Amino acid sequence: MKKKLLSAMIGAAVLGVGAPAAFAGKLDDVKAKGFIQCGVNGAGLLGFASQDSSGNWSGLDIDYCKAVAAAVFGDATKVKYTPLSAKDRFPALQSGEIDLLSRNTTWTISRDTQLGFNFRTVNYYDGQGFMARKELGVKSALELSGATVCVQSGTTTELNLADYFKANKMEYKLTVFEKQDEVDQAYDAGKCDVYTTDQSGLYAIRLTLSKPDDHIILPEIISKEPLGPAVRQGDDQWFDIVSWAHYAMVAAEEFGITQANVDEMKSSTNPDIKRFLGTEEGSTIGKDLGVDSAWAYNIIKQVGNYGESFDRNVGEGSKLKIARGLNALWTKGGLQYAPPIR
Amino acid sequence: MAMVTPFMRTDMLEPEQAPRQESGVIGWLRHNLFGSIFDSVLTILALLFLIALLPPIFEWLFVNATWRGADRSVCATVAQGGTQPDGWSGACWAYVGDYFQQFMYGTYPMDQRWRPSLVAALFVILLAPLLIPKVPHKGWNALALFVVFPIIAAILLLGGVFGLPFVETAMWGGLMVTLIISFVGIAVSLPFGILLALGRRSKMPVIKMLCVAFIELIRGVPLITVLFMASVMLPLFLPAGWTIDKLLRALVGVSIFASAYMAEVIRGGLQAVPKGQYEGADSLGLSYWQKMRLVVMPQAIKLVIPGIVNTFIGMFKDTSLVSIISMYDLLGIVKKSFSDPTWVSPVTSLTGLVFAGTVFWLFCFGMSRYSGFMERHLDTGHKR
Repeated sequence: MKKKLLSAMIGAAVLGVGAPAAFAGKLDDVKAKGFIQCGVNGAGLLGFASQDSSGNWSGLDIDYCKAVAAAVFGDATKVKYTPLSAKDRFPALQSGEIDLLSRNTTWTISRDTQLGFNFRTVNYYDGQGFMARKELGVKSALELSGATVCVQSGTTTELNLADYFKANKMEYKLTVFEKQDEVDQAYDAGKCDVYTTDQSGLYAIRLTLSKPDDHIILPEIISKEPLGPAVRQGDDQWFDIVSWAHYAMVAAEEFGITQANVDEMKSSTNPDIKRFLGTEEGSTIGKDLGVDSAWAYNIIKQVGNYGESFDRNVGEGSKLKIARGLNALWTKGGLQYAPPIR
Repeated sequence: MAMVTPFMRTDMLEPEQAPRQESGVIGWLRHNLFGSIFDSVLTILALLFLIALLPPIFEWLFVNATWRGADRSVCATVAQGGTQPDGWSGACWAYVGDYFQQFMYGTYPMDQRWRPSLVAALFVILLAPLLIPKVPHKGWNALALFVVFPIIAAILLLGGVFGLPFVETAMWGGLMVTLIISFVGIAVSLPFGILLALGRRSKMPVIKMLCVAFIELIRGVPLITVLFMASVMLPLFLPAGWTIDKLLRALVGVSIFASAYMAEVIRGGLQAVPKGQYEGADSLGLSYWQKMRLVVMPQAIKLVIPGIVNTFIGMFKDTSLVSIISMYDLLGIVKKSFSDPTWVSPVTSLTGLVFAGTVFWLFCFGMSRYSGFMERHLDTGHKR
């Protein structure tokens, strides 16, 4: 009996809040409720989404949520985070429980089509990489012939590894473990020479090794794991805003606009920058997108450009110290490229 | 003629002390540790094992441990980017200290944390007298704990009325969630389990069939599946935008699951009560419910106390499965903190897990000791 009372109370409280503004576009829904419900990595992923001891979220994926909030509301704090596991992230987006999934999710065709999601931007190009002991003296994965490799069993990582070594006609010995913790320990204890998993993961694991400086992360990436945000199909206007929030951050880095100088840049006479920051007379870019004309200014002012966000969360300014690599601007040999904002 | 004085004992001899080798510490040692050569070998091996194992553990946990600090640097060696000498390894209690509040309350708003604390205090105040056999008014006490307390607790924790700000359950976490789920599970499963067990032994075919079907269906699937269905499938069937609270889903899942297991434990007790007790109650003219309440149940439940507590302990630990649906019980929130760049270091995760394990152990051990006490207290001579 008491359980029923409790259920009824909790249920009533929640349903009361959760009632939707039915059938309007996603953007109107979001504007009406006043915040973005953003699905993030619930288990926490170093550099991408983590919660500190006072409960504040930070990370590259978190910055994405904040950037969208800055574009829509002019206030990057209007985000509510829904922690999601790898298994419940897709149903959460399908059911509309979250507005935006920003949870280190690999963009694949089946997720784009079968699951009914839309992907367009990639906020982190990841891929399988190698970490090796420095004492081996290797500088490239192609010199790894004969090495003992630690890997987690039953993952695509294991298959990619086999393909890569076979394609390059190299020998290797495999040491397979069931759980990632076991792989970490085995590698730290010297049971194998090389550790392979997603490269961003390697940087995080290196931090927990007993002598991080004795290990080197090799430059090769042997698989494609483009990580990006997803929204539900059918919310096209919403999808545009989510996409352009990322492009605005990349474009700002291309223009050299940073969190620090964005206010000075407002008085710039460069037409590209004027259009971008919404200072051009009669520009309808923001209005056409469905947001304020200062949307890009708000993103840069409150979150920063892509380079700043990268540096702060996973790059040189963070504990991970991941090199830009594929995530550098296209002008610097990377893949980050923003379509023209005009 | 010499008088033969017959010997007459006037007082009893004091009993001699047992031979020193059979009594005291030495006797105990001889009997329990060095009874035979095989025993002696085992004892020595066990001692060596403990000597080898305990000092390093103690050293890691307390001697080498860091107790104060603001970030990972105090828990990492110089090579790892910290301040400890190379080769150092010890528990990072500074990190547990920094996170302690979150481990207890989750991300419950800081300025509102007096609410869960108040609920916890109320809980202890109501539970303690219920656990001590001598304290009177058990009936009222139970009513307060199982009917009034949950309502007050729900109002206090959720808020939204009486000027208390609303705190959504997504912000609850840590030990608080572990205890809420276990309390609801225990409080629901016992009465429902009794009803299901009675139903299963009922002579009415429909009731019997329903109870058997429920019990077998629920016991036939893993808890993780029940939780997963409730968390992932349910939202897809609901109208768009409508959600049922995640914590509520977990509570319902855990409760029905525990009820099914409890029913089988109690059915075991019912079957162990001799047939004569049922017939005796019938012959007194008691109704079915009187018979069960006054004669059968008290005996049946007493018999299965270890089984009931076993189910409770199992359920308490099973609460960590809710992390599969991204709810943070104590273990879940400890694990999540491993990804905080402020504290990441080789010893952080181990320290966190040791902490979580200790808390779980304290609660489970407490329950187990109390059940032992209760068994002795209720022992009325049936035990063989």
